[in-house]
Amino acid sequence: MKRWWQRSALAENELFVSSLSSVLAIVIGLLFGFLLMVVVSPSESIQGFRIILTGGFNDGLLSVGSMIVFATPLIFTGLSVAFAYRTGLFNIGASGQLMMGALAATAVGVPQWWRYEGELRIAMDNPFLQLGSWHWVAALLAALLAGALWGLIPGVLKAYFNVNEVVATIMLNYIAMFVNSLVITRYLFNSLIGRAFSVVPTALFPRMGMENIFTDGLRSSQANVSFFIAIFFVIVIYFVLNYTVFGYELKAVGFNRDAARYAGMNAKRNLMLSMMISGGLAGMGGASLYLFAGRNLDPVLQILPQGFDGIAIALLGLGSPIGVFFAGMFFSSLKVGGQFLQLLSFRIEIIDIIISVVIYLAALSLILNRLVLYVLKREKQ
Amino acid sequence: MEVLYFILQLALASSVPLALVAFGALFAERSGVINIAMEGIMVMGAFVAAAMIVVMEGLGVPAQWIVVAALAIGLVVGAVYSLLHAFASINMKANQIISATALNLFAPAFAIFMARTYSPDGTRQIILGQNYKITAVPVLSDIPFLGPILFQQAFLSTYVGIVFFILSYIVLFKTRFGLRLRACGENPSAADSVGINIYKMRYAGVVISGAFAGMGGVIFLLSFATTFSATVNGFGFLAIAVLIFGQWKPRRILVAAAFFGLMRVVASAYEVIPFLNTLGVPRQVYSIIPYAATLVVLAFVSKHSAAPRAAGQPYDAGKR
Repeated sequence: MKRWWQRSALAENELFVSSLSSVLAIVIGLLFGFLLMVVVSPSESIQGFRIILTGGFNDGLLSVGSMIVFATPLIFTGLSVAFAYRTGLFNIGASGQLMMGALAATAVGVPQWWRYEGELRIAMDNPFLQLGSWHWVAALLAALLAGALWGLIPGVLKAYFNVNEVVATIMLNYIAMFVNSLVITRYLFNSLIGRAFSVVPTALFPRMGMENIFTDGLRSSQANVSFFIAIFFVIVIYFVLNYTVFGYELKAVGFNRDAARYAGMNAKRNLMLSMMISGGLAGMGGASLYLFAGRNLDPVLQILPQGFDGIAIALLGLGSPIGVFFAGMFFSSLKVGGQFLQLLSFRIEIIDIIISVVIYLAALSLILNRLVLYVLKREKQ
Repeated sequence: MEVLYFILQLALASSVPLALVAFGALFAERSGVINIAMEGIMVMGAFVAAAMIVVMEGLGVPAQWIVVAALAIGLVVGAVYSLLHAFASINMKANQIISATALNLFAPAFAIFMARTYSPDGTRQIILGQNYKITAVPVLSDIPFLGPILFQQAFLSTYVGIVFFILSYIVLFKTRFGLRLRACGENPSAADSVGINIYKMRYAGVVISGAFAGMGGVIFLLSFATTFSATVNGFGFLAIAVLIFGQWKPRRILVAAAFFGLMRVVASAYEVIPFLNTLGVPRQVYSIIPYAATLVVLAFVSKHSAAPRAAGQPYDAGKR
């Protein structure tokens, strides 16, 4: 009789094997970072490594709050990529969808817009200001819609024109970057700070008293309700994927489009819905990245990295929403740790290096799985 | 006329590296491996070359030699860096998009990290001491019309790019090696059955793509930037758009590169073009055109895709 904790039984448990190889990828990535620190500054390397591992707990509750703030967009983009992946699509465009979401949220949230009469630039009040305390909900919904629309484009292209979604979403990332720059500089630009206008207080995510929890007495973190919205969507997506006919159909289409069609499912519609949901999730990530005090959208031509981090998070979370939550928290902890790392002679980019190594290793899941299996199946001599 | 020459000179400077990098990606895809890591490889090549250029400038190496050495460094660095992608996608049968994404993320992070760690003032920029432009090539620059476009205000690196482009065309389409490489991307099982080593050929394809991307990164650096700040401004992804827009065919790739290069120039310098300046279209619109055009072309042609049939699929001898 095999017991579940026996090694041979564990080796047959796919979830256990792939979880272990995820952990292995993270451990090797961290060791690579450590090695780099040893090369750069041997005397500080141990201390630096401890800071990375401690991550979001370096500065008590204040940094736990920062960890929550950093994690929210990562959970959204991770969820976005994971959802697409589970339904057979590779959404490498979460960054673009996130940027469109951030733009829409900002456009709804700012106090005024610029309009043009010929060459003349005239200020006009933002009509959304009248929403009062519902303002932030409108901004979040706008982000959701913008992201969903940006996801719909590759969805339509794939459903009706057979365009590979990887290539389409790469192009759309760049288009989103230029659209952002265009709309910010023309319609939302505050020339005093060289960025978009600040979002009005009613459009910021409510902090629900968390400023009194995640604080060190002097400063308090920007932790806000968006974290719980992210958790809410983790649960929703988990149920949709695992317990609903709708989710089953989406997965079936991803698994075998023709078979799903013969079974009577509307493959085209399901495919477009998958991309829209994925895009919408990333779009909300954009809102969570900008709807708090002290953040202004920047017209700089740069693709925001959160979408690419989302790929890593979805991979390490094994495509499961619950896994995405934990992977997102872990990545966020790394990023917060990176900020404390700057107190030593290390640069914050070491975190991005670690993350890219982890992604590379996740791509090598085959060899990691084999390694785990080898260790588990080895008989005691 | 001055403006026209100015535009065409700049367009040439953009188009040549675009065509070269797109052709590099063509080698990889024709061998059966999708390489969207071109952007990251360009950054890596440009970064190492930039660091070495600063060192060589300090040693007082003559400018022409610096250019040649920098291109060689970019080529080697790109080839070596792309080995990571080759190993993952050929030996490990990894997801090629994920592996390439990792390379794309690693390169700028590594470049910024190293620059900030080792530069004296902790900035991410690497500042080149001089501009590597040729004011005029003797004799040739006096040819009417073509002279000013091709041989004035040009870059030595552009000419090297053109030479490599022609060489690679010959290798891929006129030699036995090229035929075998293309066979691996179309029908690897058939290629294997006549004794071609699929793995070796695919390694060759990816490494050549990496070498070209690395060199393309250096050409980008020497032509457009006197400071390197860990980015090639999406040039690598634009090159992949060129490849797709050109439908994996060399002549169309050239046309696509010329068009995309021109659009880049229009976006960055439309104020000096009197006709466009009066139109009042924002510069970002011109920047969007190449990407949007690629999507439109894809929509029209993807039903009967011209992409190499086995591109992106790991080779599994057991499936034969």
